[in-house]
Amino acid sequence: MMIYMVDGLLWVIAICLGLIAASRSRTLFRDSVREGAMDCLRLIPRIMLGVIGSGYIAALLPQDVVGHWFGADSGVTGIFIAALGGFLTPGGPVIGFSIGAAALKGGAGAPQVLAYTVAWALFAVQRLMIWEIPVMPPRLVWLRVLASLPLPFIAAAGAMLLGKP
Amino acid sequence: MRLRHEPHREPLPPEAPIKRPKRTAFDWSSAAIAVAVVVSAAVVYRRDGQARFLEILFGDVSLFIDILPKVLAACLIAAFVAVLMPREVVLRWVGAESGVLGIVIATLAGIICPGGPITIFPIAAAFVAIGADTGAAIAFITSWTLLGYARILVWELPFFGGEFVFWRTIVALPMPIIAGLLARAIVTWSTRKGAGG
Repeated sequence: MMIYMVDGLLWVIAICLGLIAASRSRTLFRDSVREGAMDCLRLIPRIMLGVIGSGYIAALLPQDVVGHWFGADSGVTGIFIAALGGFLTPGGPVIGFSIGAAALKGGAGAPQVLAYTVAWALFAVQRLMIWEIPVMPPRLVWLRVLASLPLPFIAAAGAMLLGKP
Repeated sequence: MRLRHEPHREPLPPEAPIKRPKRTAFDWSSAAIAVAVVVSAAVVYRRDGQARFLEILFGDVSLFIDILPKVLAACLIAAFVAVLMPREVVLRWVGAESGVLGIVIATLAGIICPGGPITIFPIAAAFVAIGADTGAAIAFITSWTLLGYARILVWELPFFGGEFVFWRTIVALPMPIIAGLLARAIVTWSTRKGAGG
């Protein structure tokens, strides 16, 4: 249910902007639609590779083993391994969360799982290469990765200080 | 292109042409991933058999079909934003001189921006192309990635449950601001070093 609302909202925004553009001028509208559609077309091979491919890469990950690498007593080393694991996990919407949740159930420490999901969300290498670099100026991508490097560790430290989750 | 991200550059004149990153259908990074995918798929086929191979394929194809309309919507939003958004507004609120406020605004924008995977990147690129500051753009992406409600509600909550997600969100709250400020510091440091100072 929720997913349809989110998708819908994205289209509501696109349509509102489209109406504003159309009210400015017909050509502006037509050119923008063509530009946007062309961008999307150019992205399709990548998305296909990213989404369909990540399933196979994920199938090769030893998911039950991943959890043991960052168990509750793995401490700072575990946090480093978790962040590295997040970096190597393929992108896409679910894989990092499903591995993280499985690890948590399998006895992994919460700070480690937090570091893992934050690292995966911020700089999963496959997502960087296939989606981000082609769409954004490369300098912006590298700067973003550099600025995000400390965040998984800050997240783990925050979780340890709070004693939660 | 490089000069566009320098912190002390002149504001763009409103009539300056919009530079969009050029997008080709394929490049080295996609090629590297393609190789990894083909190898992984072959290993899965050999190790787990045809049934498992097809199961993954069908699951991922349906995910792909699900994602496609979102990507189209995001690309259209990016194209409209590029032509509709007044540059002076972007420069004033999230431009190079916008300070911490610009980063906070970008963080809030990232939280409320809907969309699934990938949709944020074309939109962020469009804002940078019309004059948004690098630090603000990075805060925007980080915020969307870690705090975006769409991702939390649709993807994260079903896996982790309320308590974990609540505390993760609390811990992640300051992160977009940290990333944005850090990015600005790196830019300042590298320009100063580049200028020989």
